[in-house]
Amino acid sequence: MTARDRALRLARIGQMITAVALLGLAGIFIRALVFTPVERFQGPAQKIFYVHAPAAWAGLVAFAITGLLSLLYLFLKDRKLDLVAASSAEVGVAFATVMLTTGPIWGKPIWGTWWTWDARLTSTLFIFLLFVGYLALRNAVTDPGTRAAYSAVLGIMALVLVPFIHVTVYWFRTLHPQPVLVKPGAPSLPGVMLVTLLLSIVVFTVLYLGFTTQRYALALLQELREEEFARGVS
Amino acid sequence: MANRLLSASLAIAGKDLAIEWRTRTAFISSMVFAVLVLAVLFFARDPTAVANIDIAPGALWVTFTFAAMVGLNRAFLLERENRALDGLLLTPAPPTAIFIGKVLGNLAFVGAVELAALPLFILFYDVAVWRQLPQLLLVTAMATVAFVAVGTLLSSMVVRTRFAELMLPVLLLPFLVPPVVAAVQLTSRLLIGRPLSELAGWLKLLAAFDLVFVLLSVLLFEATLDE
Repeated sequence: MTARDRALRLARIGQMITAVALLGLAGIFIRALVFTPVERFQGPAQKIFYVHAPAAWAGLVAFAITGLLSLLYLFLKDRKLDLVAASSAEVGVAFATVMLTTGPIWGKPIWGTWWTWDARLTSTLFIFLLFVGYLALRNAVTDPGTRAAYSAVLGIMALVLVPFIHVTVYWFRTLHPQPVLVKPGAPSLPGVMLVTLLLSIVVFTVLYLGFTTQRYALALLQELREEEFARGVS
Repeated sequence: MANRLLSASLAIAGKDLAIEWRTRTAFISSMVFAVLVLAVLFFARDPTAVANIDIAPGALWVTFTFAAMVGLNRAFLLERENRALDGLLLTPAPPTAIFIGKVLGNLAFVGAVELAALPLFILFYDVAVWRQLPQLLLVTAMATVAFVAVGTLLSSMVVRTRFAELMLPVLLLPFLVPPVVAAVQLTSRLLIGRPLSELAGWLKLLAAFDLVFVLLSVLLFEATLDE
């Protein structure tokens, strides 16, 4: 099997994972809208939470994976790590965009404002911009080896920066709903809503895997094509 | 070993500063730029609603960071022409010494711009800061170390890309959030005559940022070189 066949097979696997995740997503929409009770104070607006929180989760997982793979790349110098890190960052930016658009849609009726400089909004906005910068840097470097090294350096710097940004903006006071799932003590979300949320997190994680696998396969194919092109020219 | 590293770093910083000293173009441009930013920000408000003192800390730090940013690319741009960096790498100086030398050169450059802009800031914004001047200089030094270290590392990469001038601010600004927010908080207390101890948390954050990012950029610099 040639490298091209392997990449194409990987792309098909990614498509299958994505298809399963999209079916799951349809299921989540039905479950959230029909079978999960309406929240007493927020009304139907709260439904967006089942998309917003899992998208935020998937985005942040994507960025964490980019950071960790960047660190691994510097030690192992395996080009595949760089390509997966880049694919993960790109998919992460997409999920973060979902998070940053669903947030204001919920914020307008509930907080009475589209945007506020609350700690978590601010830190996720900066993390989003940081990774948009990461992708911009990748676009600005032509040599694949240099691109991988630069991206790895920026990925590691970003990983270390995130806690600092978080502390900084947190000290500016916070308005965001306090965590209902991961916090000291038991989750404060009622059972049915909790199950919907957890299922949605699982679906978004699978969706992340599907997208990243496809994007990675695409990156492999792109690279093969560039190699062929270089051979043809020389 | 540590001695050799230091003398090599100082030699590189000295070389860069000597090049700058011959023309002083970058220094004068950054200085004029700083004065312009200070003046423009002074007028960017409603003077009947917002007092000088309310915008002064933010104006000072926007000026310092912007003025630094226009000068930061210079250190590695010098080495881009004729692939001078390759020449530097062929010398017995270890890559770490090159980076430390560049950081020291940039610190001297940015520090000089800040020292020249500070009296103008005090004059323009009419702030009574004299009694707290040592503390203000300490905060300035700590924040400057933070963004010069990160900025030098990022500029070593972006000067070898397309759109270097645009790329540095895009990549550097997120890294400026913690040090600049801390510096603005600390400066605003100092300008109203409060002691630094009131904001020990921000001071610690600034110190931790310095420590972590200076070390990290020194360690990561070598990774940007392998080609």
